[in-house]
Amino acid sequence: MMIILSKATLENVYAAFVLANGARMEGIEAEVFFTFFGLETIHKRKLKHLHVATVGNPAMHIPTMVGGLPGMENFATTMMKREMKKLDMPDVFEFLCLLKDSGVKLWACKLAMDMFHYTKDDMFEDLDGVLTVGDFYNRAHGEGTHILFI
Amino acid sequence: MKKEIGTATIEVNEEGFMTNFWQWSKDIGEELAKESSINLTPRHWQIIDYIQDEYRKEVPLSIRKIGKSGVVDIKQFYELFPKAPLKTATKIAGVPKPASCI
Repeated sequence: MMIILSKATLENVYAAFVLANGARMEGIEAEVFFTFFGLETIHKRKLKHLHVATVGNPAMHIPTMVGGLPGMENFATTMMKREMKKLDMPDVFEFLCLLKDSGVKLWACKLAMDMFHYTKDDMFEDLDGVLTVGDFYNRAHGEGTHILFI
Repeated sequence: MKKEIGTATIEVNEEGFMTNFWQWSKDIGEELAKESSINLTPRHWQIIDYIQDEYRKEVPLSIRKIGKSGVVDIKQFYELFPKAPLKTATKIAGVPKPASCI
């Protein structure tokens, strides 16, 4: 399962992580390619401060105007984190470690790294490396491989 | 459904998980491990004992919980029971497949 994570809103990050971990639990290989804003998920300093998006998501049932008020994202994020904790879900950093220990490969996108002026030192230490999109596709050539874009 | 294993007969579901834990014995565990191509070492048994203890206490199992158990870390768990460790280990331990996504 080759997963491309292009966003760092908490709900998308957890979706990608649960999919990757779920694959490993079933004995399926899994790799995650972090690109564009998805890079924040593996940015050492930023990964601790990821938020839920409260605007532009009708399923939140918060009117867009209200979702944009100061403090709404923090409020929604705190609520979501509380619910996650109840379900025994790890936080983002612990989840990254869990994925690594489970044999998931974690890759940063070279173009996005250059665009945001990030270096490898800024990133989660156990990252497997920095790849171009072509490198990532080449890793996905095996028969029956699926690529998911999140 | 019934399944012949070694000299015993056990009840299993369609995925091969035992449905009556009381039918389990160490010999059956050994046979189930062979089916998963695993040679049980004392280290494996420690984990199986832990899983069965948790099952008796009705604590839901997850990979994360096993990693925090102090019995084995996640990396080693994947090494000892390659492929799908939680599924394989619970199957050998004779307990139901955990309904967990993490």
